Amino acid sequence: MTDGARVATRPGVPPREAATHCPYCALQCGMVLRDTGERVEVLPRQFPTNRGGLCQKGWTAAELLDHPERLTTPLLRDPTGGKLRPASWDEALDRVAAGIRTVQSGHGRDAVAVFGGGGLTNEKAYALGKFARVALRTRHIDYNGRWCMSSAAAAGIRAFGVDRGLPFPLADLGRAETLLLVGANPAETMPPLMRHLADQRRRGGRLIVVDPRATATARQADLHLQPLPGTDLAVANAVLHIALTEGWIDRDYVAARTEGFDAVRRTVAGYWPAEVERLSGVPVADLEATARALATAGSAIILTARGAEQHAKGVDTVTAFVNLALALGLPGRSGSGYGCLTGQGNGQGGREHGQKADQLPGYRRVDDPAAREHVARVWGVPADGLPGPGVPAYRLLESLGTSGGPRALLVFGSNPVVSAPRAARIERRLRGLDLLVVADFLLSETAALADVVLPVTQWAEEDGTLTNLEGRVLRRRALREPPPGVRTDLAILADLATRLDAPVRFPVDPRVVFEELRRASAGGPADYAGVSWERIEAADGVFWPCPDPDGPDTPRLFADSFPTPDGRARFHPVTHRPAAEEVCAAYPVHFTTGRVLAHYQSGTQTRRVAALRRAAPGAFVELHPDLAARLGVTEGDEVRVVSRRGELRAPARLSPAIRPDTVFAPFHFAGAARANSVTNDALDPVSGMPEFKICAVRVEKA
Amino acid sequence: MSERVVIVGYGMAGSRLAAELHARGGDRKVTVLGAEPHRAYNRIMLSALLVGKIDEPDVELAEVAGQGVDVRTGVAVTAIDRAAREVRTDDGDRISYDHLVLATGSRALLPPLPGLDPLPDRVVAFRTLDDCRRIVAAARGARSALVLGGGLLGLEAARGLATRGLDVTVVHQAGHLMERQLDPTAGAVLAGTLAGLGVRTRLAVPATAVAADADGVRLDLADGGCLAADLLVLSCGVRPDTALAAAAGLTVEHGVVVDDRMRTSDRRISAIGDCAQHDGRLTGLVAPAWAQARVVAQVLTGEDPLARYRPRPVVTRLKAAGIDLAAMGDATGGDPAVSGSGNGGPAEELTFADPARGTYARLRIRDERLTGAILLGDNPAVGMVVQLFDRGAPVPADRRSLLLGRAFGTAPAAPAASPALMPDAATVCQCNDVSKGALVSCWRSGARTVDELATATRAGTGCGGCRDAVAGIVDWLAEADPVAAMR
Repeated sequence: MTDGARVATRPGVPPREAATHCPYCALQCGMVLRDTGERVEVLPRQFPTNRGGLCQKGWTAAELLDHPERLTTPLLRDPTGGKLRPASWDEALDRVAAGIRTVQSGHGRDAVAVFGGGGLTNEKAYALGKFARVALRTRHIDYNGRWCMSSAAAAGIRAFGVDRGLPFPLADLGRAETLLLVGANPAETMPPLMRHLADQRRRGGRLIVVDPRATATARQADLHLQPLPGTDLAVANAVLHIALTEGWIDRDYVAARTEGFDAVRRTVAGYWPAEVERLSGVPVADLEATARALATAGSAIILTARGAEQHAKGVDTVTAFVNLALALGLPGRSGSGYGCLTGQGNGQGGREHGQKADQLPGYRRVDDPAAREHVARVWGVPADGLPGPGVPAYRLLESLGTSGGPRALLVFGSNPVVSAPRAARIERRLRGLDLLVVADFLLSETAALADVVLPVTQWAEEDGTLTNLEGRVLRRRALREPPPGVRTDLAILADLATRLDAPVRFPVDPRVVFEELRRASAGGPADYAGVSWERIEAADGVFWPCPDPDGPDTPRLFADSFPTPDGRARFHPVTHRPAAEEVCAAYPVHFTTGRVLAHYQSGTQTRRVAALRRAAPGAFVELHPDLAARLGVTEGDEVRVVSRRGELRAPARLSPAIRPDTVFAPFHFAGAARANSVTNDALDPVSGMPEFKICAVRVEKA
Repeated sequence: MSERVVIVGYGMAGSRLAAELHARGGDRKVTVLGAEPHRAYNRIMLSALLVGKIDEPDVELAEVAGQGVDVRTGVAVTAIDRAAREVRTDDGDRISYDHLVLATGSRALLPPLPGLDPLPDRVVAFRTLDDCRRIVAAARGARSALVLGGGLLGLEAARGLATRGLDVTVVHQAGHLMERQLDPTAGAVLAGTLAGLGVRTRLAVPATAVAADADGVRLDLADGGCLAADLLVLSCGVRPDTALAAAAGLTVEHGVVVDDRMRTSDRRISAIGDCAQHDGRLTGLVAPAWAQARVVAQVLTGEDPLARYRPRPVVTRLKAAGIDLAAMGDATGGDPAVSGSGNGGPAEELTFADPARGTYARLRIRDERLTGAILLGDNPAVGMVVQLFDRGAPVPADRRSLLLGRAFGTAPAAPAASPALMPDAATVCQCNDVSKGALVSCWRSGARTVDELATATRAGTGCGGCRDAVAGIVDWLAEADPVAAMR
């Protein structure tokens, strides 16, 4: 079987078609790009995840290739300030290298930091981690996936011993008798995934959605639980409490395959449904229906996403749902399990190969001596020269330019000015740096603040691999050469490494980088040693772990055991705690953030696509008509949403789909409409995940 | 020297306080003395234990023994020596304290009926785990049971025994069930629901005597009748266990009198849970007991020396298979315009009753806030009503949603009966932002099938959910213009 590649090439003639995947979310829809000579067309492609479907973002992705705002030359801001001006690559890279040398010689190696992104290919993510540790020798590297997947990742590792978003292929969703989605809105965030949910419903399956808003996904559910934001953990504990009192626990599974249930059992004994109803607003009858649907189904899947995870108690909230899944004996049972819906395109692969502050390639720990030894050998450097763990994303950004914090930052594939919590503060920190370097193909809000902007290739101009939400390694294929003046991120890292006299060379060819990544990941939890580009192309991708080129890959994990020292999964008792910021007389309304269908992440790309701008021209504040009436606000009125940290202004959108005690705004927009001016920077103590999903605000007519 | 905290009582309040203290760390020595022989258990789950769906280990609560917490079960405290700052136990021990916390709970109240002293084997109160064990043991081989007392706990016991297959009759002195929480109409609806579940009720009749022997138990009634069964469960209320406090000279009224920091008349002694009387009131519920435990922990550890207990409004909830009841606030009285007169605006009263289906709702609203509610039957608004009452939040402009509606959501937009009725601007395909107008103009320019329209407009190429709607528009257009459709 092939994945439908139709690359028509003759030697010496550039390809006119490329079978690749969408540049946006973790569903990584299969698509074919066709260069007609005048323009690049997007054609949907049959692939197991999207089954020939594409959303509007995917269809219009190629519009950015020749966009008038595309960056095709490096930009430089002179040390005296002023505007960004075009510069040559030599001038730009000299400036970067000189800046790094100055900062490091004055303030030490850790004074330079690197910030990556979950959209970078595996090869780039790997090279970036290696660059930070070998060329810069700084411990400060982290990435925006910290704001996306880190809570689910931490919960998965402590329960299962491994973090792979879905431990089974996406198609399993279509066969689950009961599917529980917690804080997930795929109808808007990854629409083609809904084809699997349509399958599930056709087969008579039940869909239960937990979301404070009646989203497009929730409206399709058989049962919608609409809790107060920040109470999902208690909801999960109450459902487990009911499963206990009804005698629905899978005792054999718990005894044979898990550890630690007794502590969880005693903890959830304190979560009786009536009390959780009062806390969350979810009727006891609905909690019971959820427990029954999960416990009595032949197969059941529980999925969490950002709604449950982006909290200062995100790890514990995910753990509560993992506990529920384990108590019901779901993980490892055919057609059942727990999973997390990854967000960014390479959110999965991006966290496996060394972009995280505490990790080395193959999902190894940076503080594990054996891991350091292995990776250092692959890199050809002494292990004791590798820096130790750094700090998670927000802590890193928050420390920039402060006493003891980094004074220079290199940003690849991220736009924290829009996407960071408490963004106004982060914007100030970035402005206070001695040197800010941003590699991007558009002038994002972060790039606009930079001292040096480096124009890089887009997805249709590069080869490489990504790992989708299923843990399936995929091939990104180049359709065409990049425009003159544009370089790949790999080329930039290689050049800078040379200028900085790095002890080893950095390859530019992504294929060579991937071969090195295979060796570096070998033996780690995310083992890619057996994955080759040819093997990916010969099948519909390869599921990690895949340690052996001649051995099988792993579409489904946990069938026989868990990758923990004793092969058993771990329960962890978790308790509800209030949001970091609770409503009060001065800030009486809950604020939550999220996504709209037409935009992706910070909107740097999608806000520049005409059709997407037409579909979703700007930010809005969604509020219930009852709340609007009390505030004297009518549809379309400009409103201010004010928190202790800042405010956003946007037109009101009245909708009975949201709780009257909560308002919502999408976070894709910049300037006065920036939702993250309002959000809380309280962090999860384990994952470093900020509390994007709940804070206290007041809403007023502007 | 580290501070010594002694907690008397290892029930839901005492065990919670031990956990709260432990969670805050510090080097203090915490001793918990429990008179019952077993570890702390969740009283709320006893009715599930009664039903037989779970086993005793399932009702155990989280325990923090070790790590500075010494839990001693099966040890009863016999006296408090306030001058010496020590407690004496029934095993002859004396334990010193710097701070003492009474969490002695309450005891089942036995009605003053002839035939209950001593308590016969076939007669059991429903209060403790041991009571539960005795009921379960007695219910084995039994065919019928009487429950004396139609309050919340009595009905839970009755429901549990009926689920075990027993023939159950509830005898209640008042004119309707749960008279402290329900109005007569709600009580009648509830009685009807119980009848459907196999629980009979005898109302407005006091019991006069109990006679039990090896064959069964007989309950004599004031109306001259009598009822016979294999088992009698007494659920006639509880009384705070204040004996120790009273003997030690602490101020005791109905319960041990405490201030906002749960301190008794002796600053070194606190009381929490069922035995405590705060602001003139006893609680008898777990949630307030846990809130009180938290306040004591905050004060004792210095985390928040000014922490105060703020009672929350009481919500009574009965949820068992077939029964769904929520009651709160001032919903039992008569005309709200009269009974609720005073400050504030006019009172509103909303009611909905469908007794045949066991559904009843009554809500009272003043100044846009709920002041009381009774919801009986499977009411999807119950979560919203409970939260609005709890938080004193303003009620929805459309009051019907409180009585009937699913909480806050909207029903999925109903597809227009015919595409003809759909406005041109209506979005048919959300994923690709395609309007009906765009599909129509595409049809006019020659596309004739769903696939052709999809190719031209991308409608249906995202989640695929609108394919049927697109097909409907194709059919409608073809019907309206058969000639064009043939081309």
